[in-house]
Amino acid sequence: MDNKFISPYDHHAPAGAENWKDLYPYYMVFQDNLKESENAKFFFCDSQHWPNVFKPFDAITVEFAVKCLSQYNTRQWLIPPANGIDFKIHNGYCYMSPVAVAPELIAERVPQFLERAGFYFQNWNDLLDNWHKKVKATIDEMEAVTFEPLPEVIPMDWVTGGVGLDPTYHLIHNYTKMIDLCYKTWMYHFEFLNLGYAAYLDFFGFCKEAFPGIPDLSIAKMVQGIDSELFRPDDELRKLAKRAVELGVADTLINHDLTAALAALAETEAGQQWIAAWEGAKYPWFNFTVGNGFYSTDKYWIEHLEIPFGYVQDYARKVLAGDSIDRPTEAIAAERERITEEYRDSLFDEEAQAAFDGKLGLARVVFPYVENHNFYIEHWAMSVFWRKMRDLANVLTGAGFFADPNDMFYFRREEIQNLLFDYGRGWAMGVPAIGPSYLPGEVARRKAIVDALSTAPPKPAFNEPPTVVTEPFTIMLWGITTESVQGWLTTAEVTNKLKGMAASPGTVEGVARVINNADELGLLQEGEILVTRITAPSWAPVFGKIRATVTDIGGMMSHAAIVCREYGLPAVTGTGSASTTIKTGDLIRVNGAQGEVTILQAA
Amino acid sequence: MKYTLFFKEAQPEDYPLLGGKGASLASMSAANLPVPVGFCVTTHAYSAFLHASDLFDTIMAQVDGIDCADVAQLDQKSAEIRALLLDKPLPAEVESVIRGSYRQLCDLTGLPGTLPVAVRSSATAEDLPDASFAGQQDTYLWVVGEDEVIEHVRRCWASLYTARAINYRRNQNIPENDVLMSVVVQKMVNARTAGVAMTLNPTNGDRSKIVIDASWGLGEAVVSGEVTPDNFLVDKVMLEIIKADIQHKAIEHVPDRVNRRVLTRDIEPDRAAQPCLTDDEVKAVCRIAKTIEKHYRCPQDIEWALDADLPDGENFTLLQSRPETVWTQKKATTQATTKTGMEGILNTLMNPLAARQ
Repeated sequence: MDNKFISPYDHHAPAGAENWKDLYPYYMVFQDNLKESENAKFFFCDSQHWPNVFKPFDAITVEFAVKCLSQYNTRQWLIPPANGIDFKIHNGYCYMSPVAVAPELIAERVPQFLERAGFYFQNWNDLLDNWHKKVKATIDEMEAVTFEPLPEVIPMDWVTGGVGLDPTYHLIHNYTKMIDLCYKTWMYHFEFLNLGYAAYLDFFGFCKEAFPGIPDLSIAKMVQGIDSELFRPDDELRKLAKRAVELGVADTLINHDLTAALAALAETEAGQQWIAAWEGAKYPWFNFTVGNGFYSTDKYWIEHLEIPFGYVQDYARKVLAGDSIDRPTEAIAAERERITEEYRDSLFDEEAQAAFDGKLGLARVVFPYVENHNFYIEHWAMSVFWRKMRDLANVLTGAGFFADPNDMFYFRREEIQNLLFDYGRGWAMGVPAIGPSYLPGEVARRKAIVDALSTAPPKPAFNEPPTVVTEPFTIMLWGITTESVQGWLTTAEVTNKLKGMAASPGTVEGVARVINNADELGLLQEGEILVTRITAPSWAPVFGKIRATVTDIGGMMSHAAIVCREYGLPAVTGTGSASTTIKTGDLIRVNGAQGEVTILQAA
Repeated sequence: MKYTLFFKEAQPEDYPLLGGKGASLASMSAANLPVPVGFCVTTHAYSAFLHASDLFDTIMAQVDGIDCADVAQLDQKSAEIRALLLDKPLPAEVESVIRGSYRQLCDLTGLPGTLPVAVRSSATAEDLPDASFAGQQDTYLWVVGEDEVIEHVRRCWASLYTARAINYRRNQNIPENDVLMSVVVQKMVNARTAGVAMTLNPTNGDRSKIVIDASWGLGEAVVSGEVTPDNFLVDKVMLEIIKADIQHKAIEHVPDRVNRRVLTRDIEPDRAAQPCLTDDEVKAVCRIAKTIEKHYRCPQDIEWALDADLPDGENFTLLQSRPETVWTQKKATTQATTKTGMEGILNTLMNPLAARQ
């Protein structure tokens, strides 16, 4: 068995993608002149958050997210042993390398850390109230931004008002502003997250020592919230389904597509009431993506109303069939209390019980943020961001720059500014912009590269792993441990059995359906087992159909794990390679208590 | 005067009549713990027997006169007393009540007149802290038929006066006239698999775990250490099997019903290597172990068996439950004080779990 992974310098691009590097910023690719220092670092692929090859613009999400995560460790909290996370894009996928603090510098950071992080823990709820206000204000600011085609002439009132500017100024300014606001939301994203995970990990470590062998699931269940805002969008759909049945309009809903249903409903009073409820649920809850918020291709409910409407139809059918569609929140809450009490009672002395209470108490204070932030940033804020970027893409498409608005995302964020200047420059001079003649060839070239990159899956890691994974954020945020890294090195040896995290208990056998992106969700048949790189919480409504879930990456607290437990489905997460090893149609067994997936019969 | 009491019908105020073992079985029955059905021949029966003749005075005088340092004399007197207890006729009422209860037990289990039972002594002084005293009375297995039951009840009574028992009481200053004996008559368990369950992890005192040792056949193989049993470590809260060590179990003890004894036999290699409990059975054992622990409010060391004669789901049989003593008596090991608050979080970041393990 090898004890190291391939070097990124030896991992070549697939055919047709040789010139991929200029698609991304120079600081995000492995540079030849830094080969020695880069090869000395261990990188692991983060396909948990970024499972697909980046279009150049979409790399903004990894740039902002990981940079902002890092700033809190390194510059705000002074986490004694850990700085930020170094990150690179290689052959289209992103790889992370945590940056340790030099041992001799750790001690001097301790007092500062205690003071800085201590302040946040002590004032958690007040600071979090303020966080909600800041985030909401940022989202409102983004919503207020508009992108309009340049007018034929400058409006008269600008002349009479002595404005002295032209709309290209605002176009470029608004674009810059959107990028700044997006950057801001990613700073806010991590304002509480690293500390939240640290408090969770503190309780986790205590349990692992006090109850040797305790299942990770137990700890998750003790900490996990019940009324997470992540479940709200799905709850809204359930309510809409029940409302439709109450109002006697469920049949109209079920038997029409969205447009026809809305037209039919508008004709009756009961129907109008349902439409009012539907409209009321949209804001903010339909700012919810079927992806994870990190890609321009992610679909959001608010722009694809047929998606939530389809789920409402499914729920309404269940209600009519007499099934309960309510989440068993009381049972979940009672189970959480039972588990907590039984572990607590297992501790011998009062001191240990007091430590248990203290750590669990803090973990429960901070954990709602760990769950809820996802709705505010990845779903809501990014919904607005991507929508506005599409508005801009439509403007440029209208101006002849692109054949398809999505082509805009084949350009890096700083390149868009050039495009906008080109647009404004041609408009100002009264000559055609250069873009419409230059860009199609460039779009085609880049598209071919991205498509070629997408044909090859990422490597799990690069270079030599540490003998023991001790870096707290690698463990906390990615669930990566010494064992899982060793597992990646050995997976190739056994092909019919995959090990992963025991994320949600239960054992089932069934036919696998490998889903590579959210658009394929419609292919899922009743009773199949969902196998995918990573699930998104917004896939919740399809979980009524499937029997189990298997993912490549994700820990006990990954969103997939949380949702699966919520829906009582067996789940194995973090298998490393299920979505490539298992094929659609394979008969597989998922053992969610042991974290094992077995291919019983290949398709 | 109640000469016998079924476990189910005994009330707490009756418990002193049942001896330690009998009272424990009665209280477990009352708590709906799945002990094998049976009854106790109460201390009233023993006492009626002693006082129906001049036995009591004779025995007391005999015991008083023993010089325990004189082993030969001790042995001889002990034999004489036991012979008395085995020979004297039982008062007619006592005998007929015991016979009646045995018949009733047979009828309960659908084996009229032929139910194999265990007959065990249950001394009133048995619940002394030194548990080894308990082992000094006798247990008779696979006893069948009214006459045999009567005979073995007598043997239990007689076992109070083995040389060892007399000597023990003398050494412990237990007054002879306080000692009474109840006898437990209980359905034999035809164990397919048996073993012990501890409601804590004996290797580290972790009370959130249950540890099961189990092997094929009767529990003696596990208790005596003749086989290396299958070992299961189970999370008590989630009832999740954390570790299962399946061993090669070479032999098993099984009842030889014809000869009314237990025989030891080799296990065919295939079965020897198989787990003697399914995952569901492991969980079922744990579920009941939890109930038992809750009933006694302290960690327990439980002997149990799965009865081959009973259907799945009803086959768990509780044989005995004792408080776990090693970890319960040990004051919580003085571990390094757990760091809490910010110190705890700092410690978590500085010494991640992976580095500590």
